[in-house]
Amino acid sequence: MSGGLGRIGVVTFPGSLDDRDARRAISLAGGEPVALWHRDKSLHDVDAVVLPGGFSYGDYLRCGAIARFSPVMETLIEQARAGMPVLGICNGFQVLCESHLLPGALTRNDHLHFLCRDQRMSVENVNTAWTRDYQPGQEITVPLKNGEGGYVADTRTLDALEAEGRVVFRYAGPNPNGSYRGIAGISNEAGNVVGLMPHPEHAVEALTGPTTDGLGFFTSVLKTLVVSS
Amino acid sequence: MARVVVDVMLKPEILDPQGQAVQRALPRLGFEGIADVRQGKRFELEVEGPVDDALLVRVREMAETFLANTVIEDYTVRLETASGAEAAVSGSTGAGAAGSGAASEGAGATA
Repeated sequence: MSGGLGRIGVVTFPGSLDDRDARRAISLAGGEPVALWHRDKSLHDVDAVVLPGGFSYGDYLRCGAIARFSPVMETLIEQARAGMPVLGICNGFQVLCESHLLPGALTRNDHLHFLCRDQRMSVENVNTAWTRDYQPGQEITVPLKNGEGGYVADTRTLDALEAEGRVVFRYAGPNPNGSYRGIAGISNEAGNVVGLMPHPEHAVEALTGPTTDGLGFFTSVLKTLVVSS
Repeated sequence: MARVVVDVMLKPEILDPQGQAVQRALPRLGFEGIADVRQGKRFELEVEGPVDDALLVRVREMAETFLANTVIEDYTVRLETASGAEAAVSGSTGAGAAGSGAASEGAGATA
């Protein structure tokens, strides 16, 4: 891409699992993936960052609680507040909540089981940095795999999220984990920071994914970067 | 060596499916009459040197920012004395709504 735009960092924490798939998804969307390391404060001039799924620091203490204090997050939190697009997937979503870049928290699935399946969800806000390539209300299917995916927040926060259009994704069909109001993913006020439990990076190729519905996340952010440059 | 104990519990309004699973298992094991179970975490901090107010302030900071997620959890901090008795030195009330982050300090005397 011209001007070096489209460099998207993917942070690897000890225990990250889906960093490689995230980098591959970025490549397939036409971006340049850049591997970032949790102990390196530098974001190496990337234009956007993906926090991938997995079990950072073994999920010790709470999911994402220790990753939140890693050196790379210090810089990332600063940059995210300044407007850099950041996507947190699954464990990455948990890290964003622990960092207070996104409100609320993820708790144990209400049925206590680790759930791994293809999940339908609707895209309710297509104005974020990561969803502009979707249609309002579009239903997409991507894998969902976690043990602690129940989104919780107090009523006031939930009402504010709904009123401001910050419920970006909602589960379609039966609620898979007890998430309040069926919330699968949310954004910050500016729309540059998005977190969700389902895994778009696992749905980018017909060979390995249930659909290619997830590719839109990565083409969306590349468009966002061109528009904002 | 002095020990400071931090207990972390899910706020009352947050569903605790693990506690519920434990509670449901009890009658099967012959333990009757337990209406509810809540599961939490206990941190035992072995302190080098004396425990003074400044240290307890630091422990509360630690609990507030790291050991507990005050969006969904409350915490209490207490000093475990040599005699085994435990003196509450501070705590969150658990009254705040989830997400308020309001862990108000209880009015306990330092031991």
